[in-house]
Amino acid sequence: MEELDKELLLKVADLHEIPQGAYNIRKNGKLLGRNCVKGINITTKEDKPGIDIRVDENVVNQSVHIPVIVTEQNINDLVYNDFYIGKNSQILIVAGCGLHNPGSINNSHNGIHEFFIEEGAVVRYVEKHYAQGNQNVKKVLNPTTIIHLAQNSKFVMETIQIGGVSSSLRETYATLEDNASLEIKESILTDQEETATTKFTVDLNGKNSKVNIISRSIAKGNSSQQFISNVNGNNDARGHVECDAIVVDNGQVTSTPSLKNTNALAELSHEAYIGKIAGEQLVKLQTLGLTKKEAEEAILKAFLNQ
Amino acid sequence: MLTLQNISYKIKDNGKEKSILEDISFDFECGKNYVITGANGCGKSTLAQIIMGIIKPTTGKIIFNGKDITNSDITERAKLGLAYAMQQPIRLKGLSIQKMLEYASGTQLNTSGACDYLSKVGLCARDYMPRELNSTLSGGELKRIEIATVLARNATVNIFDEPEAGIDIWSFNGLVDIFKKSLKGNNLNIIISHQEKLFNSADEIVLIADGKIKANGCPNSILPIINGYNTCKRLGVE
Repeated sequence: MEELDKELLLKVADLHEIPQGAYNIRKNGKLLGRNCVKGINITTKEDKPGIDIRVDENVVNQSVHIPVIVTEQNINDLVYNDFYIGKNSQILIVAGCGLHNPGSINNSHNGIHEFFIEEGAVVRYVEKHYAQGNQNVKKVLNPTTIIHLAQNSKFVMETIQIGGVSSSLRETYATLEDNASLEIKESILTDQEETATTKFTVDLNGKNSKVNIISRSIAKGNSSQQFISNVNGNNDARGHVECDAIVVDNGQVTSTPSLKNTNALAELSHEAYIGKIAGEQLVKLQTLGLTKKEAEEAILKAFLNQ
Repeated sequence: MLTLQNISYKIKDNGKEKSILEDISFDFECGKNYVITGANGCGKSTLAQIIMGIIKPTTGKIIFNGKDITNSDITERAKLGLAYAMQQPIRLKGLSIQKMLEYASGTQLNTSGACDYLSKVGLCARDYMPRELNSTLSGGELKRIEIATVLARNATVNIFDEPEAGIDIWSFNGLVDIFKKSLKGNNLNIIISHQEKLFNSADEIVLIADGKIKANGCPNSILPIINGYNTCKRLGVE
């Protein structure tokens, strides 16, 4: 692998080298490397670009890394990745896209990920997005995640967009059966003229199903962000949405958390906050010996949990 | 160690100049607990903020360890050895108590390191270190953590702005103990309080009224004055 590939892989998948376990690395729209292990099979789709990842039943303590790196200009990648997670398996899936655009022509990566989580399975899904390179060309990332959660299954999703992405539209759809649980933690940092939109639609169809969405974002420079969430309580279920945003400079954030129940037993709640760093927060850290700038950085870093 | 020279602080209130502090001069010596007291709005918290550099005095000088720090900002004063516990501690989403104590102590802390500070305020390090300074903490817990961060600084001048506010009965005895034990001969505590239970922990009490020092001295000499002053106030006698 080249140095740039390694740098991007480190940013989006915390990978220093080729990962242990199952992996599929895609570079500039082509397969760079793949490894299957016992119980986890990765195959190339035949009808459209993308891969199928099949995890057997009762596969535990295994990981799947599927990073995508783009290092050339004018690459407009569209992939469909489907994940089939067998009963009672426990899997860590690390996806992510690192985009380096050295040239003058825009590039983009659109990943459509669909998860079929069978009964009792537990998945932790981590997705990081990062872009670098020529500031004047557009680096666009539009991920879509569709999650079907069967009874008693659990899905923990952590999405991190760590800077440099000119524009992103992240869409997440989830349906939950009885006792299924979904936790989403989202961290987004935008700067300069960047725009980012995230949209969550969650249908709590099962009894005792629950969702908890925590979105934390920082909008710097002239960047703007939109947060939209629709949580539908269609059964005796629980849903909670928290979206907090810190604005720096002229950043703008629109937050639209929407809740709807079609079942009287559903309990849904949301909290939303948009604001600058409070002066007293800076003062507190300054009294510990940090400069104003260090204090601001410490607050933003902690807020995004980095 | 710390000297206030002719400190005054004025603000504009509806276009009129209003005096908050007038010509305060005082010497704080090492090895002592000072309690600054007075009625609500007498200017005692303002004085604490002036010492820490959060507010700039309108006139006057602050000398610390022989150095004029009047124009030093908060960070510089913190680095020189001043520490400050806020009256209303702030919440910081995402920041763990461990990280806060690490910023305060300037070192990385393991559980036993954090325990040195948290156990003094009656909190178990193992339970609290990973917790965030967010709304899951009660006002009383935040206050105790605030005091622990000041202890972690090992500073020369520790300023506590109403440390007893919002904490439970345990804390009075606990606080008195903290103030006494934290004195090492080369440091001092300045405690802003109107809680009489804390007066007994003082080596010296400074009574502020109407922005001026009305009296100062050991508790035995000052408590009668405070009581008399409060009685006069109640009766409307100057």
